[in-house]
Amino acid sequence: MASPKLCRRTQLKTYLPTKFIVERDQDRCIQCGVCIRQCGWGVHELDEEDGVVRSHDELCRACHRCVSFCPTGALNIRENTLSYRRNANWRGEVIEDILRQAESGGILLTGMGNDKEYPIYWDHLLLNASQVTNPSIDPLREPMELRTYLGAKPDRLEVDPRTLEVKTPLSSQVGLEVPIMFSAMSFGAISFNVHEALARAATEAGTLYNTGEGGLDRRLYGYGDHTIVQVASGRFGVHQDYLDVGRAIEIKIGQGAKPGIGGHLPGEKVSADVAATRMIPRGTDALSPAPHHDIYSIEDLAQLIYALKEATNYSKPVGVKIAAVHNAAAIASGVVRAGADYVALDGLRGATGAAPKVIRDNVGIPIELALASVDRRLRQEGIRNRASIVVGGGIRNSGDVIKAIALGADVVYIATAALIAIGCHVCQSCHTGRCSWGISTTDPYLAKRINPDIATRRLVNLLRGWSLEIKEMLGGMGINALESLRGNRLHLRAVGLTEAEMNILGVRPAGS
Amino acid sequence: MAGITATKTLTIDAGGVYYRELNARLREATEQGYERIELYNVNGQRYIGTNLRRPVEIVIHGTPGNDLAAFADGLRITVHGNAQDGCGNTMNGGEIVIHGRAGDILGYSMRGGRIFVRDDVGYRAAIHMKEYGDQKPVIVVGGSAQHFVGEYMAGGTLVLLDLEGRGHQAEALGTGMHGGLIYIRGHIDKRQLGREVGVEEPSPEEFAGLRALLADYAQRFDLDLDAIVSQPFLKLYPQSLRPYGRLYAY
Repeated sequence: MASPKLCRRTQLKTYLPTKFIVERDQDRCIQCGVCIRQCGWGVHELDEEDGVVRSHDELCRACHRCVSFCPTGALNIRENTLSYRRNANWRGEVIEDILRQAESGGILLTGMGNDKEYPIYWDHLLLNASQVTNPSIDPLREPMELRTYLGAKPDRLEVDPRTLEVKTPLSSQVGLEVPIMFSAMSFGAISFNVHEALARAATEAGTLYNTGEGGLDRRLYGYGDHTIVQVASGRFGVHQDYLDVGRAIEIKIGQGAKPGIGGHLPGEKVSADVAATRMIPRGTDALSPAPHHDIYSIEDLAQLIYALKEATNYSKPVGVKIAAVHNAAAIASGVVRAGADYVALDGLRGATGAAPKVIRDNVGIPIELALASVDRRLRQEGIRNRASIVVGGGIRNSGDVIKAIALGADVVYIATAALIAIGCHVCQSCHTGRCSWGISTTDPYLAKRINPDIATRRLVNLLRGWSLEIKEMLGGMGINALESLRGNRLHLRAVGLTEAEMNILGVRPAGS
Repeated sequence: MAGITATKTLTIDAGGVYYRELNARLREATEQGYERIELYNVNGQRYIGTNLRRPVEIVIHGTPGNDLAAFADGLRITVHGNAQDGCGNTMNGGEIVIHGRAGDILGYSMRGGRIFVRDDVGYRAAIHMKEYGDQKPVIVVGGSAQHFVGEYMAGGTLVLLDLEGRGHQAEALGTGMHGGLIYIRGHIDKRQLGREVGVEEPSPEEFAGLRALLADYAQRFDLDLDAIVSQPFLKLYPQSLRPYGRLYAY
């Protein structure tokens, strides 16, 4: 094994400092070796001569797997407090990125979402509640409606006055029991067991999960009614059965973590199972080009949307996912006019299994601003009904969900929160493929750590908890159906935002 | 004729028929068990052949619109005319024979089956064509292709014949190629190729396979196989299955 002190590619000695220190209480450590087996990065090692377990701190990524599984609580991980001379410009992260590139000569890769201190607008928006004049509703006593329909709504609805039957032909709708779906994560980026847990949890909770662009393993076809099948530029695993089995189809144009670029699943992650699902030879890189080469315009997008509708006999919604970028509102307008049944917006903080760090940290706009401007634009143009809006990219709790709905979203997408629910500690190392929690890996030894039964329960619990909280907040506002809150910005007030930001969000300052 | 079962054939006049209607008719006819459908006066209708669930034969007279046979599997389509853009998009299997030319992005992400084009094709043909298991897509072009042909190619075989000998004009040929093979009849300049592409003469075994493929091609268009193979061929191949493996720092 190459010494960890050398760059893996160039064999240059690394000048990078150790990021985390593993603290082992030797009085508590019983040398059981759990930490050695649990760590995906080989941090812990038995010193056979002395009979004690020691740690290679420099390999630690602070995923806490060893801490969580140490039976005697002997381990702790803390940040290495190595001090650089104070400098607002040349901060530690900046210095270390340069060192890493000087040693490797490559594009810096990272996992998960943007971790920089850009404003989080959710934290500057506050919800309303009823007092005296408009009584609040007690969700424990009264029914609260969270049911949401994903899909295009007609411009007008004609009802037979005698039979009360709807005469207007409706396009395909997907009923969701909670306004929360699991967003796209491909098999390959995450392990099969995670896919299975997402599929089962979506089924149990009455919502949808999304295959991502890696195709769908046939073992999961039984959950098709709760599956969004994705069609991305590489068209991996896209064939008639795949399109048939999904409840909805999503054309992936972009992703919040890496707007404007494609994806490279490295050959070492393309195991036999992943190869079969993507329908490519084992061990080759799975390259998704930056654009779909049959989509260079809105007209071309319309062509693919209708190709997919033709392929599935107009029986399911076809949505389009774009990254939240500067012109998101105009682009979304084009997407809706192209015939998309929903538009998914993925914001600046949206996560990824692997993306160039410089792109993850610098490209795109916050989802809150993109959502508000897209919703307003579609309303101004009178086409808001033609597509549902789904937003993702940094939704952390039920407060974010309900604020997103008040800003105009129909449904939210969560992925990072879902992974945290099943063990992820956001160590941002998904791109290494060595996830100690068995989530972002295709190594069978690591991947089998996710028990689909337990992971399903944890995901269903999360959705249940958030749903109960949403009902409480809705009731507090005196609203008994989520539909009544959709785009209702009067239930939001802003704190600590500029006039321009409040204008974009369409929200008044708190106190006004 | 005795001993030969008549093929159940349907003839449709597609003139002025909206594409949704036409494709619905095709689906209906396929389900009714028609084995061969002749379409006349086709004029730009999109997605012909998409979502047909039986291995039906379709003969098109006229100009089919974009995305002919998109996502299709196991159809036999003959076009007496020119095909437009996106022909064979993400096709999984079957055969398309075009007695004319084809537009841009011919066979994009095609995973199986064959497309034979008598004349030229537009930009970005065979882009991201890929193979899986025993599915090995094939495109043979009688004329030449425009730029970016074979870009990101991940599998299958593409043959550019330039039968009229006007010379291959395509640039950035095979950029990002990481699978499959491209055969070029006649000369191509090194500067026309993507960086990821290697060039060599086909081995005798490869040439034998190519010859068998071209025999099928020549038979479809009633061409002289010997004349086709009398010219030398070059084989373009991906120099690496992982062209971007060294792009990143971990």
